[in-house]
Amino acid sequence: MPHLDAAYNLARWLTRNDHDAEDVVQEAYLRAFRFFDGFHGDNARAWLLSIVRHTCFTWLKRNRSRDQAVEPADGGAGAHQTSVTGAALADLESPEVLLLRALDRRQVNQALEALSADYREVLILREIEELSYRDIARIVGVPIGTVMSRLARARAQLQRAWLQVQAKDGGHGL
Amino acid sequence: MDCDAAKPLLSVYLDGELGAGESLALETHLEGCADCREVLARAEAASAAIRGQAEYFRSPGPLRARILDQLQASLPAAPPARAAARWRVFGIGSLAASAAALAASLLLFINAPGPANLIADQIVASHVRSMMAQHLTDVASSDQHTVKPWFDGKLDLAPPVVDLAKAGFPLVGGRLDYIDHRPVAALVYRHDKHLINLFVMPATGAATATADVTLVRGYEVLRWSAGGMDFWAVSDLNPGELKAWHDALTAALPPLPAAN
Repeated sequence: MPHLDAAYNLARWLTRNDHDAEDVVQEAYLRAFRFFDGFHGDNARAWLLSIVRHTCFTWLKRNRSRDQAVEPADGGAGAHQTSVTGAALADLESPEVLLLRALDRRQVNQALEALSADYREVLILREIEELSYRDIARIVGVPIGTVMSRLARARAQLQRAWLQVQAKDGGHGL
Repeated sequence: MDCDAAKPLLSVYLDGELGAGESLALETHLEGCADCREVLARAEAASAAIRGQAEYFRSPGPLRARILDQLQASLPAAPPARAAARWRVFGIGSLAASAAALAASLLLFINAPGPANLIADQIVASHVRSMMAQHLTDVASSDQHTVKPWFDGKLDLAPPVVDLAKAGFPLVGGRLDYIDHRPVAALVYRHDKHLINLFVMPATGAATATADVTLVRGYEVLRWSAGGMDFWAVSDLNPGELKAWHDALTAALPPLPAAN
């Protein structure tokens, strides 16, 4: 059963819970097997992940309508847009870049978990599964342009969250 | 291109998804714009943070078995022809060293069993068993001069034994196996985490110098004969790699007469 780890990782990131992820993956594989006739493409992994993703969201809606992560309005709470300094620092790494480089595992995972599911899924599919925009668009069921803008916004939001956390956690002297 | 046009493209550029024309225009803009360079550097650092630090949740072992149980229960509904195609997608993945793998291999019995298929089935079953039962080898050695003499007196043939470490397929060892009601030699090769079992037995039919490839329950099975011996190889390697192994083996073996 190939792609089981990829399926589980996506489900685990979307449900944020081991037990739920297992149930979702199990259901998704059964569904995939049953509806195999609907697969005519060349990328079985993307096809399976689209089923896992669909199963996740159906499952979340059914079981967890109360704490669905809500997408914060852009420029909302996290709008800590550090002003970008000019040409003087152009070719040195800025303090912000250095902070982002120094993130630890806990900080990265916490911020990812705190993102809305829409943002989290495109980041996992892109950064971890290294899927193309075209495949991500198919899996998520949105146009490629939406994948582009969601990724860009997801990254921007993560950066703001991380820079705040870093400043709080011990970015001394910044 | 100005900053307003450039900013939304930076993330796309980072992902290598920007067209050539736009990439060029963006690079020209980046050369002269420290602000956009900074935005790009941050996006790169953020991307590296996720790639390097985000948890990768591997599926827990029992999940695989649970899914297989469930698939098995739902199986009779699937028509056999489509089952073969299904199997290729749901085929056993990497090193299938678990009871679940055997369950899976029994799950989709797709070929009508002719004599060659019966042997192929036994070969695949033996391959799976060898990994499950931790009984991969009776003589564990990458030295062909240790493995070859080990078979002396145990079989009515002398299997050719060569190490293919130079080609990326080190010999792991050999064991005695039992296929088609007789003892046969099994040689084990490794490629990364994948194993190849090569079974050598007295020839039963006409010699075929070129290898036939069949897919049995998700495993590639190669079969050829030479020098009065039948060779059967089975692995979960992808077809290209298995062919590379076969080519390396054929090149390393002393020439055997193709006809017997």
